[in-house]
Amino acid sequence: MNLLIKGARPYGEDAADILVRDGRIAAVGEDLTATGAEVVQAAGLVALPGLVDLHTHLREPGREDAETVETGSRAAALGGYTAVHAMANTDPVADTAGVVEQVWRLGQEAGLVDVVPVGAVTVGLAGERLAELGAMADSAARVRVFSDDGHCVADPALMRRALEYVKALGGVVAQHAEEPRLTAGAQMHEGDRSARLGLTGWPAAAEEAIIARDVLLAGHVGARLHVCHVSTAGSVELLRWAKSRGVQVTAEVTPHHLLLTDACAEGYDPVFKVNPPLRTDADVEALRAGLADGTIDAVATDHAPHAVEDKETEWASARPGMLGLEQALSVVVATMVETGRLDWRGVADRMSVRPAAIGRLDGHGRPLAPGEPANLLLLDPAARSVVDPAALASRSRNSPYAGRELPGRVVATFLRGAATVLDGKATK
Amino acid sequence: MKRHLLEAADLDRADATLVLDTAAQIDQALAGREVKKLPTLRGRTVVNLFYEDSTRTRISFELAAKRLSADVINFSAKGSSVSKGESLKDTALTLEAMGSDAIVVRHSASGAPHRLANWVRGSVVNAGDGTHEHPTQALLDAYTIRRRLGRLEGVRVAVVGDVLHSRVARSNVRLLHTLGAEVTLVAPPTLLPVGVGSWPAEVSYDLDAVLPKADVVMMLRVQAERMNASFFPSAREYSRRYGLDGRRMGVLGDDAIVMHPGPMNRGMEIAAEVADSPRSTIVEQVGNGVSVRMAVLYLLLGGAPS
Amino acid sequence: MQYRRSRSDHSFNDPSSEAGKEAILARSSEPALGASSAPGTTTLLTAADVTRVVDRMAHQLIERAESTREGDQTGGLADLVLIGIPTRGAPLARRLAARIEAFSGTPVDVGTVDITLYRDDLRRRGVRALEPTTLPEAGIDDSVVVLVDDVLFSGRSVRAALDALRDVGRPRAVRLAVLVDRGHRELPIRADYVGKNVPTSRSQSVKVHLTEVDGADEVLLADHGAGQGDRA
Repeated sequence: MNLLIKGARPYGEDAADILVRDGRIAAVGEDLTATGAEVVQAAGLVALPGLVDLHTHLREPGREDAETVETGSRAAALGGYTAVHAMANTDPVADTAGVVEQVWRLGQEAGLVDVVPVGAVTVGLAGERLAELGAMADSAARVRVFSDDGHCVADPALMRRALEYVKALGGVVAQHAEEPRLTAGAQMHEGDRSARLGLTGWPAAAEEAIIARDVLLAGHVGARLHVCHVSTAGSVELLRWAKSRGVQVTAEVTPHHLLLTDACAEGYDPVFKVNPPLRTDADVEALRAGLADGTIDAVATDHAPHAVEDKETEWASARPGMLGLEQALSVVVATMVETGRLDWRGVADRMSVRPAAIGRLDGHGRPLAPGEPANLLLLDPAARSVVDPAALASRSRNSPYAGRELPGRVVATFLRGAATVLDGKATK
Repeated sequence: MKRHLLEAADLDRADATLVLDTAAQIDQALAGREVKKLPTLRGRTVVNLFYEDSTRTRISFELAAKRLSADVINFSAKGSSVSKGESLKDTALTLEAMGSDAIVVRHSASGAPHRLANWVRGSVVNAGDGTHEHPTQALLDAYTIRRRLGRLEGVRVAVVGDVLHSRVARSNVRLLHTLGAEVTLVAPPTLLPVGVGSWPAEVSYDLDAVLPKADVVMMLRVQAERMNASFFPSAREYSRRYGLDGRRMGVLGDDAIVMHPGPMNRGMEIAAEVADSPRSTIVEQVGNGVSVRMAVLYLLLGGAPS
Repeated sequence: MQYRRSRSDHSFNDPSSEAGKEAILARSSEPALGASSAPGTTTLLTAADVTRVVDRMAHQLIERAESTREGDQTGGLADLVLIGIPTRGAPLARRLAARIEAFSGTPVDVGTVDITLYRDDLRRRGVRALEPTTLPEAGIDDSVVVLVDDVLFSGRSVRAALDALRDVGRPRAVRLAVLVDRGHRELPIRADYVGKNVPTSRSQSVKVHLTEVDGADEVLLADHGAGQGDRA
C-alpha cells in the first residue's frame, strides 16, 4: 500500500511531499504524485522521524489494571512514538528470556509501536546477582538495554560486572541513579520545601554520587553506561565532565523534569510524586541547557501509569511516577522549541535519533529520506490544548499536566508506512 | 478564618490573635463555673479521626468539642475499617455521609489533612500530620506564653531538640513568627532539616549560648531510637549537649519559662527537677489546649456554612 | 472572613439578630455626632436625655428593690447585681450602678455576661469575636440579677443571656432593664425597666451611642432601605 503525504514540512523546514511505498520512504520532494496512493493532506504540519522512548513502564505482566502493552502502545502512538522500551519492573520481573519474549510478542500483537523489552540487570531487581543477560539478548526480543529501573544497582562491584558483561552483547546498562542509603523513606527533593512540608528529603547528592561512581567505573572498564532520568544540575555537570574525558556515557531527561519543580508538592497531591523527585528551578534550567547542548542525549518519558487507588491517597503511601507518553513531545515543544533552545532537527535528534542509537534499534531514528523505513509523525505545532486526563489513551489517569495548556498536537503517526494515528486518533 | 486549619500558615496575625483572644474569653467565661458546658455547637458533629495513637490530643479535642455541646465520634484506625485496608478517601467520604461537620485528623503521613480537605465539605482540623505540622499545639503554646509573659511580640523562644522530625517545631516556628516572637532553633545539625535556613528562625547548635537570652525554652521530645540511625552517638551525649537540666535552668532569666509538648522523656531532653519546677508550664499547656481547641472549633464551625 | 464581617453584615431590619445596635460597632471610630445629620435619621435621645433616663432608671431600681433578708439595711440593694450584655449593656450597667450608689449610698455589684456562645443564630450569622464575661466575686447565687441591655428588639439576646446565667449560677430572680424598647418581640420576654419606649417599623434601626464605646451619648432612629447594613 502506498501513501502520499502532501505538503508537510520535514524537520519544520520547507514544505515537501513524502511518498511512502511498501513501508519505506520512496521519495521526498515537491509535487509528487502516485496513482492509487492514499493521500494525507499535511499542509503546515511538521514531519519528524517517529519518536523512540528509552523508558516506558507498560505494567504488563502484573498490573494490567494500570496499563497493558496494548493501551500503553496506543498512548505511545498518540504521542508520536514508533518504538518504546518497556521497563523490566513488571510482575514477574523481565529478568528471563521468557518474560521479555512475552512482552515483545504482546507488542507485536498490538501493532501500534515496536515494543522493545528492557531486561533486568539483576535477578528479581534484587541487586544481588546478574540475571541471564545473554539469554535475553539472544531471545526474539533482542534485548540491548538492561536496567533495574525503580532500583539502583547500588553494589559497586555488581555494577562493574554488569557494565563489563554487556559489552559482549552490544548492550548498555541503564542505571537508575539513586544511592539507597541516602534516600531511605525519601518523598521529595530535599530542600526548603521538603523542610517545610515535613516530607523526607531525597538529596540531589544521592543521584550524583551514583553517577560519579558509575562514570568512573564505565571509563575504567571501557563500557557503555546510560543514566536514566537525570534530575539535577550536579548530574549534568558530572555528565559533561565524563563526556569530556571520553567516557561512553549517555543520559536521558524526562519531560516532567524539564517542566515541573518541587513547588508542585505544595498541595500534597501525589500525582506529582515521582522518582527521582521534581527538583528546583535551577535544576530545570540546567537540564534544559544540558539537553540543548547534547550533554543529555535523549528525552525519555519514564511513563509510569498507576491505578487510581495508588495515587488518591496520602503522599507517603502513593506510588511514585507519572504519565508521559502522550504529552512528551508537547512538553519538549513548550520547554525547548518555544524557548529557542532546540530546533526541530534537535527535537528529532533527542527524541528519535539518539535514543534509537543508544538502544541499538535498527529501523528507528532514521532520517526522513528515500530508502529509510517510513516511521514518522506529523505534528501541528500551532495547536494548543488543555490536558484532560479522562481523554488519555493510557489506562491510568495520573498525568501531572492535567488542566495545563500545552502546545503541539500529534496529528498522525506512521509505523513502517502504516498509520497508527490519523487525525489525532489511534487507528486501532 | 479559612474553612480548615491544616497548618499554622493558614492563620494570619489577625486570625491567630482572634483564636488566642477567643480562648481567653472562653477561659474567663468558664472560670469557676460548675457547668463547664456551652451550647454553642449543639447539633454539630465532630469526628476525631486518629490514625496514630495520641490519647492526650484526642482527649483534648474531645473535651473541647463536648464543652461546646457538639456530638463527638472517635474513630481510631486500630480495629476499624482502616485496619481492613480502607483508604483515607473512602473513610472520609463515609464519615461525611454520616453527617460530620468537622474532622479532626491525626495521621502519620505528612499532608494527610490536606488530602482530606480535598474530599470533604466540612472543616478539617490537623491534629498532627507526620513530620509536618500540629497547629493547635502551636496555638496552645502561644496562648501559654502570652498568659505567662503577657505578650508574644519580641518574646525570644528557643525551640530545642529534634526539629527535623518535629511537627510541633514546624507549627511553632511559623505561628510564633506570625505573632511577632523571635524563634531560635537549637539542635545538633543532624536533627535540623536541610532547608532550615529558609525558615523565619535563627539556628544554633549551642544550647548554652542561647539559654541566657531566652524568655521561653521549648523542649522537644527526642526519641531514643533516633540514636540507632546515627542522628547522635548516644542518649547520654545528647542529654549532655542538648538536655535541659538544673544547671542549665539556672542560667535562665528570672521570668523565663520552660515548655514541653509532652510526652516527656525525663532524663533525656528534660531533667525531672526542671519538668517539676515552677518555671515549667507543662501541666498548664494541657489545660490551655482544651480552651484553644474550643476556640478553634468555635471559629471554624460556629459560622454559617458558606 | 466571617467574624470580621459579622458585626456589620447583618440586616438592621432583622430583629432576630438584635441588629441595629451591634452594627454601630463597626463604625465606632467615626464621630458619633456625624450620624445624626445623616438624611433619614432622627435623634430619639440627646446626651442630656440619656443622662436623665439613666438617672430615672436608677431611681426605679432603688424603689423596686425589696429586702428579703433580715437585717438588710439597704432596702434590697445589697442583693442586686447588674449584669450588662456586651457591648453597650456593659457600660450601661456600670452607669446604673454608679447612679444607684450616688442616690442611695449603697454600692451595687456589676458584671457582664457574653452571650455569643449562647446565640441561636450562629449558623446564620457567622462567628463573632467574643466579649468578656465578668461576674462579681461572690457570684450570683440567690441575688437579684438585673440584665442590662441597650435595645430590646426580638428578645433573642435576652433569651441567650438567660441561658448563660443559668450556667453561671442560680439567682433568686432575674429582671431586665433596657435603655430603649423598640417592639417587635419574637419571644415572650418583656422588660421590667425601660428608659424609653419607641414605636418603630422593622425597616428602621435604633442606634445607641455611649461615650464609653462611641465617644458620645445619643440614641438615633434611622430609616433604612437597602442601604448600609443590609449586606447579609
